[in-house]
Amino acid sequence: MKEPLLRVRDLKTYFVTERGRGTARAVDGVSFDLYPGETLGIVGESGCGKTVTSLSILRLIPEPPGHIRPGSFIEFEGRNLLTLSPPELRAVRGNRIAMIFQEPMTSLNPVFTVGDQIAEAAIVHQRLSRRAARARALEMLRLVGIPDPEARLDDYPHQLSGGICQRVMIAMALVCHPQVLIADEPTTALDVTIQAQILELLERLQAELGMAIMLITHDLGIVAGSADRVVVMYAGQVVETAPTPELFTRAQHPYTEGLMASVPRLDRPPAARLHSIPGNVPAATDWPSGCRFHPRCPYAWDKCRAEEPPLLETGGAGHTARCWLVAEPQRRMRRS
Amino acid sequence: MSAPLVDVRNLVKHYPGERAWLGLGRPRRVVRAVDGVSFAITPGQTLGLVGESGCGKSTVGRTILRLQEPTAGQVVIDGREVFTLGARELRALRRRMQIVFQDPYSSLNPRMTVRQTLREPLAIHRLAAGAGADAKVAALLEEVGLDSRLARSYPHELSGGQRQRVGIARALSVEPAFLVCDEPVSALDVSVQAQVLNLLMDLQQQRRLTYLFIAHDLAVVKHIAEQVAVMYLGKIVELAPAAELYLAPRHPYTRSLLSAVPVPDPAAQKQRIVLTGDVPSPASPPPGCPFHPRCPHPKKNQRCRTEVPALRAVVPGQLAACHFAEEPM
Repeated sequence: MKEPLLRVRDLKTYFVTERGRGTARAVDGVSFDLYPGETLGIVGESGCGKTVTSLSILRLIPEPPGHIRPGSFIEFEGRNLLTLSPPELRAVRGNRIAMIFQEPMTSLNPVFTVGDQIAEAAIVHQRLSRRAARARALEMLRLVGIPDPEARLDDYPHQLSGGICQRVMIAMALVCHPQVLIADEPTTALDVTIQAQILELLERLQAELGMAIMLITHDLGIVAGSADRVVVMYAGQVVETAPTPELFTRAQHPYTEGLMASVPRLDRPPAARLHSIPGNVPAATDWPSGCRFHPRCPYAWDKCRAEEPPLLETGGAGHTARCWLVAEPQRRMRRS
Repeated sequence: MSAPLVDVRNLVKHYPGERAWLGLGRPRRVVRAVDGVSFAITPGQTLGLVGESGCGKSTVGRTILRLQEPTAGQVVIDGREVFTLGARELRALRRRMQIVFQDPYSSLNPRMTVRQTLREPLAIHRLAAGAGADAKVAALLEEVGLDSRLARSYPHELSGGQRQRVGIARALSVEPAFLVCDEPVSALDVSVQAQVLNLLMDLQQQRRLTYLFIAHDLAVVKHIAEQVAVMYLGKIVELAPAAELYLAPRHPYTRSLLSAVPVPDPAAQKQRIVLTGDVPSPASPPPGCPFHPRCPHPKKNQRCRTEVPALRAVVPGQLAACHFAEEPM
């Protein structure tokens, strides 16, 4: 197996809540690896900590109210990103690791042209001249498949549709050929036919440029179609990780199971009722004791309420789950 | 088969283009948000209305309830013609037809408690007052699966799923027969989405409700609807029973839309039809078939660029607006 490109270890990102009354442990001990050239899907529902994890990697967490706890570790190209000085960090951000966001319309600067925004990274990181950077921006617009790229170069974001804006965002992110692209819900704001275009574009660009993609999404369908491996998050923790085919055939964590069962499916006849996970995601200021999923889990027993399970090896290659059922599988039988 | 509860005929909603230059310049082009839409819904059933943003599906929902005035067309709900009613009669009919909105964060008044929100329609329609109204509020909360103690809460104290349940309770408070559900689950997480969908289906059974279910998610609509209408640029391009539409879609747009939905199964290697380009503006729809510039159909020809295809029965019960709906793709 290749060496990981990015190693996240015991990442803890906490936020002080309003009036200092509590601490929201948004990301609470997250570890995973990202390998060169792979697509790693990070899935979970709102509030599970997936976006805070990605923002922490680039240190884009506003401090205060947020802070990354000592002991957290993010290794990239032999260095801990969390201890870099501001100039060192700037040399990584947007250059070696780039990011695209959910809302392409609001992530672009409305008062600069598309061409200027793409060229900026090339001027800053690669010290290109304005003219060369503009040529590079044009090349990027062509690469991401924007029709009539010469004309678009001088457009402002409001003149473009959501799908084209997301292509511009991707062009901006890839202008320096980063090793890692973090895509945070890149298609959530887009219609399904435009989503298909963007996912296909990301696939093609990855094949051409060879970067690793961290794909953050709430959509299991997107993960199934695009990711090589999956990290499932719940309540600020990684609860399961596995290669994609393994996860979809042998999910071990009851949360992953529940999530998969609650998605209405186009490829199956409609069931009388959808499976649903009872209750709501708990608040980050007050995670439940023991296993954080136990109040909503159909299998939970005393041990789950008292002791927090570690990520346990399930036996499948690269497959771990944070659940006591892995150690006591007979309990799953007993219930069903 | 019983007579339809909701009958929409040739509904049109155009928005006049505003004048440029502070109202003094030339008027801009008319936006044809809804351009001749017809459908009927059988009592106790659900019609799913699907399409991408800007296709006019929400405008249809709002116009048939007369939350917006129509440009033309006829809507009969519960035997009464909605567009000719005076204010008093319209208010009376509002008891029979209600709406659940997409965003439970902005569709509840942040200054009103759940109890106040639910009592307001009861007061307006003089259905209950005083202790009777409080009992009604408690019963409604129980019916939508909320703890009656939440009656004292403000919307910001509730989760997204709880708020959407309050939105549903508010719509049900006047005991309507017909409910427009405008993207009721698209702002919710999947596990909560499943809870709310199950609730809507249970309520439909218990109260024999009729739904117009507006959504962009084809999988959600497959789950809840008996009939499905697909809209593109203000027009229905396909209308069929759900079973037929999902099994054998006839319009190239429906086919592309279905193929573009990601399926949560890595083993399913399906043929994805990726459409090129964006949806054109409803202010300047293309001539001929509105879908022709993006259409992947191999038989596409000059006729598609000039002649608007009529919505016609391709097989009994399944309507599609395509010149080549019979041809394989």
